[in-house]
Amino acid sequence: MTGDKDRAIGFDTDSPILVMDRLCKNYELGTVELKVLRDIELTINEGDYVAIMGPSGSGKSTLLNMIGCLDRPTSGDYWLGGQNVALLDDDQLSMIRGARIGFIFQSFNLINQLNVVENIEVPMYYQGYSESESAERAIELATMVGLEERLDHRPSELSGGQQQRVAIARALANDPLIILADEPTGNLDSESGAEILKILVDLHKRGKTLIVVTHDEGIAENAGRVVEIFDGRIKRQS
Amino acid sequence: MFLFRFKRTAKLGIKSLWMHKLRSSLTALGIIFGVSSVIAMLAIGEGASRAAQEQIARLGSRNIIVKTVPPPEDKDVGSQQETMRVYGLTYLDAERFRNSLPNVEVVVPSRRIPQQAWYRNRKVAVEIIGTVPWYPEISPVRVISGRFLGSIDMHHKQGVCVIDENVVKELFVLDEPLDQDVKILGDYYRVVGVVSAAQAASTADAIENGAVKGKSQGGANVGNIYIPLTTVKNRFGEISLQFGTGGRSVEKVELQEVIVKVGSIDQVLPTRDTLETILDRFHKKSDYQVVVPLELLKQAKQTQRIFSIVLGSIAAISLLVGGIGIMNIMLATVSERTREIGIRRALGAKKRDIIIQFLSETLMLTFLGGILGIGLGSLIPFLVTHFGRMPTVITGISLVLAFGISGAVGIIFGIYPAYRAANMDPIESLRHE
Ligand SMILES: Nc1ncnc2c1ncn2[C@@H]1O[C@H](COP(=O)(O)OP(=O)(O)OP(=O)(O)O)[C@@H](O)[C@H]1O
Ligand SMILES: [Mg+2]
Repeated sequence: MTGDKDRAIGFDTDSPILVMDRLCKNYELGTVELKVLRDIELTINEGDYVAIMGPSGSGKSTLLNMIGCLDRPTSGDYWLGGQNVALLDDDQLSMIRGARIGFIFQSFNLINQLNVVENIEVPMYYQGYSESESAERAIELATMVGLEERLDHRPSELSGGQQQRVAIARALANDPLIILADEPTGNLDSESGAEILKILVDLHKRGKTLIVVTHDEGIAENAGRVVEIFDGRIKRQS
Repeated sequence: MFLFRFKRTAKLGIKSLWMHKLRSSLTALGIIFGVSSVIAMLAIGEGASRAAQEQIARLGSRNIIVKTVPPPEDKDVGSQQETMRVYGLTYLDAERFRNSLPNVEVVVPSRRIPQQAWYRNRKVAVEIIGTVPWYPEISPVRVISGRFLGSIDMHHKQGVCVIDENVVKELFVLDEPLDQDVKILGDYYRVVGVVSAAQAASTADAIENGAVKGKSQGGANVGNIYIPLTTVKNRFGEISLQFGTGGRSVEKVELQEVIVKVGSIDQVLPTRDTLETILDRFHKKSDYQVVVPLELLKQAKQTQRIFSIVLGSIAAISLLVGGIGIMNIMLATVSERTREIGIRRALGAKKRDIIIQFLSETLMLTFLGGILGIGLGSLIPFLVTHFGRMPTVITGISLVLAFGISGAVGIIFGIYPAYRAANMDPIESLRHE
């Protein structure tokens, strides 16, 4: 897992992969300051499988976006791979998102005008893979998630479960350190949900760090750690 | 690295433009019309400009043309009755030009008389130009067959003439004109040469008819017949009967025109000044007019420049409208694809990548529009020339200019939407529905 890529982005793979220290996130709503995350203290090591749980509106998605470097903390520190995210500029955050993080969303978030292979290729495009390299790898990944028959299909021609499998393949494209999933089974029936879950568990077994926001007790049982959030605070974590 | 990115970015752009074929082509239409109107307007302007300049250049840029014009009527018009009005340029004037003007190459005095010429039973309205053998030096006429008037003709006041092509066409339908006799006012003149038609004369008339009410309308003439000046003086005299608004009057005019040609273009204006001083001293009435083709040329160029600027501005405005259309569409596209932008940002796209993506789409649209616009813009002047009988000239510069402008429009109007796309908050964009 370590290599040139880690050094290039300045990752230190020995220390915990992720450390949050009294991290706060506020949103300004007119004159009112909405405290969405308050004094989050969180440490996650490489290879962890963490479930983030909590009631709706408690700040789970906000926390996950923070972890994924889509957002910056209002105060407090966030160390990802030994780097203080607050000090990185927009391009560096993009680099980290592209190279180190794989996103899986509740609503799949595939690009509608691209087919399965092209969707999986998107993250590789921004990492400078050549066209043939990325196409080859995309087909490999699609096959891995069981979509070898659907390479040319558009998202609109796929079932929800199939779309989410494309999203997982896409999240794996750049071989990320952390996979972040925000209610990955939330839009799926229980059967496809179970399929998706099985793929995620497989990934964890192969050494991926997995952070999943979920309401699903089943996922939480599978996960090695559960972080419970209530009103922006960590109520309990194992 | 950069190049292969470029190729893939272009591919991506073409793909999403192709997804919205109708929208893309309507957007490109704005640029197509803008670019083609730039090219067409410039071509029409340039064509008109060149035509005018060519016509003026035919008058000779080293020439100074002095014309006789009727002086303003005297106060005793009513009682004038049969008194003779004497005015205009004289042989003495021509002599003075030759002797006292520096840098003069030739001085060509001419009579110009509208008349009818006969050959057998055919009749044609012509302008008789009584002139000297060195007339061709100040005129673009070329000898087509035979010869021009010679000094012997001059000296012996021979009854010879040189006719132009137009007269040949009208009078000598089948016959060979050389050595035939043309009859004018009962006298016969042997044709010794045929020259090319000189539009210069009529243009000169047209030009100064605009400023001054000319003497006779040269417009009805089919062509010119050149006769030795001495012969004309001898046979036609210098007195003519004019029918004007105030009844008829008798006029005596020695020369209708004296053209002075100087050695170089630099000498034209100083010589003109000296010439006017001389004329001013010897002519009490303002019975002459000085036309300097060089000045007309300068004026024409100036007018054309303004004309071109006006046409160009109109075209530029249409291009601007096209550009605004593009910006409008691109802004719509950006907001329509907000979610895609959020996805791309989450998957590692830098702001720069998003800018390049949208800017390249705009540029592809404008370049496509530019190329089609150049095609259409080259066709329009062709049609104008063909059906409208107007000269048009498509210059290479106008093509480069139009293409460059379309590119600039693409960048200017593409930057803002692309910039907006790149600066959207990734989380907000992802949540966008
Ligand atoms: N951009 C924003 N501006 C203002 N408030 C926001 C913004 N984003 C989120 N919030 C608020 O932050 C709180 C937490 O939102 P978040 O999406 O993290 O909740 P969640 O735990 O993911 O809920 P759910 O389970 O329903 O997805 C909510 O009250 C939400 O209204
Ligand atoms: Mg949420």
